[in-house]
Amino acid sequence: MPTLGELARLIRSKNAGPFTLTFDVMFDDHETYAKVIASGVLSKKSFAELYRIPEDDVKFFLHDAANAIKISIPRPYVQCSREDGDVYGGQQHALLVDLDIPE
Amino acid sequence: MAEVRVLSASGQIGSGFLEASFERGISLKPDVIACDGGSTDAGPAHLGSGEPHFSRDGTKRDLRLMLLGRDKLKVPLIVGSCGFGGGDAGVDWMRDIALEIAREEGLKFKLALIRSEQNKEYLKRRLQEGRITPLKPAPPISEAVIDRSAHIVGMMGHEPIAAAIEQGAEVVLAGRASDTALFATVPLMKGAAPGPTWHAAKILECGTACVVQRKRPDSIMAWIRDDHFDVEPMDLGIHCSPQSVASHTLYENSDPFLITEPSGTIDTRNSRYEALNDRAVRVYGSQFHPAERTSIKLEGAELAGYQAIIIGGVREPYIIRQLDVWLTGMQEKFADRVQEIFGGRLGRDDYDIHVRVYGRDGVMGKLEPLRHQIGHEVCLLFTIITPDAATTDAIAKTFAHFAAHYPIPEWRGLITGIAFPLAPPHVNCGPVYRFNLNHVVQPDDPIEMFPTEFLEV
Repeated sequence: MPTLGELARLIRSKNAGPFTLTFDVMFDDHETYAKVIASGVLSKKSFAELYRIPEDDVKFFLHDAANAIKISIPRPYVQCSREDGDVYGGQQHALLVDLDIPE
Repeated sequence: MAEVRVLSASGQIGSGFLEASFERGISLKPDVIACDGGSTDAGPAHLGSGEPHFSRDGTKRDLRLMLLGRDKLKVPLIVGSCGFGGGDAGVDWMRDIALEIAREEGLKFKLALIRSEQNKEYLKRRLQEGRITPLKPAPPISEAVIDRSAHIVGMMGHEPIAAAIEQGAEVVLAGRASDTALFATVPLMKGAAPGPTWHAAKILECGTACVVQRKRPDSIMAWIRDDHFDVEPMDLGIHCSPQSVASHTLYENSDPFLITEPSGTIDTRNSRYEALNDRAVRVYGSQFHPAERTSIKLEGAELAGYQAIIIGGVREPYIIRQLDVWLTGMQEKFADRVQEIFGGRLGRDDYDIHVRVYGRDGVMGKLEPLRHQIGHEVCLLFTIITPDAATTDAIAKTFAHFAAHYPIPEWRGLITGIAFPLAPPHVNCGPVYRFNLNHVVQPDDPIEMFPTEFLEV
């Protein structure tokens, strides 16, 4: 069973301003993109469970022209506040990389 | 109407671009050259301290090429968010660099400086009027928050820049500005359609971030026409694809389809991306929905205190298996040591020691599901913050020694429980800042918050 990391062109996280964290899961072609969506492994609900945050905090987008799934959440810690360990928000996508995607 | 051509020199002034790429852009006769110079992405330090993010040398190199390119064509050059944070210090810094280049190159131009730092009395009045509202999520706002901010900037839209150009400005150095507005101003002044203009501006603002395989920061150009725009990187060795251009609205935006600007919302839900050739992309169908009222986003930074850090490693299994108890215990006992030294002059609330454990949850904090899978060794990063530099230094020195020898029950005798890679183990970092605003203000008009000064260079 391939992982999301093996199927994606790029999985990344990043700040969208100091108060929001955003995740991009991008694919080379529409077929792979559609397959991942159809698998149901990555959804608003599953993302909320994986990151253990309320589902209402998760904004979930499908961008067909970009063959990309996008997710935005409130930053777990405000950028550069006491608890924040990721100024650019660039290493918060790690939990997505090894998700198994059923064929 | 005829097309409007916009050249983006690079994603950020000071990050560089290939001279050949920029020259190719100039040869295609753009109607405006623009470049962004700042962001909140690197944290609140730049806004708080006024210190730029990129080097003066790198910034001067980029600005020199832009000023020379502009001089050939006699078209406006717009640089926004000067000095990274976009405060007045950043505008002054960029002005001095521009004046120095003008002297060295014998350039003449009318210069506009548009400042975006906000008057605190003005903001307090708008707060009382209920015309400052929080975005989601936002920290609480009050007059006290405004008062204790080191700097607050408003993010200008295109209107103050357009006003400066209408009054004859040939070079505009702006404080904090919407990145997009820098590229949209001249097309809008020339009557270009707002939908393609704003979407093109959004694509241009990051330079070559929208290409298939980005090699480096570089120049890119857009041609804006009635119902579409074209975009093409200036380096012939790189290319855009419909997918790469479509993907660009994902980057650093929370919503990839609806992007808020001071004067309205860019809507790319109906955008269609077509390959124009093997390097350029044409985009149809982008829309812009004007807002009923202008909303100016505020960014504020306040001093959090003076910081020192201590880096240390732990390899011993006995300590690692009781790490939390050990770390909590040493902090509690350390309060007694502080009492001994400062004799009540420094209480538990007057200093803050935070420890981050790499090898466990140092990167993700509360989002980390594998917190229980601690490694065979961990890195401890202690951050110490107090209200003044001398106290921070004293606490850090004392704590490093105290923590290294803090006992565990398994061993009888003096232990050294932390491996320090540095000597001395602590490093003073100076002032640190925190973001304290995520709010918008509704001004009477889009220009009133942004005073403009003109200079004949």
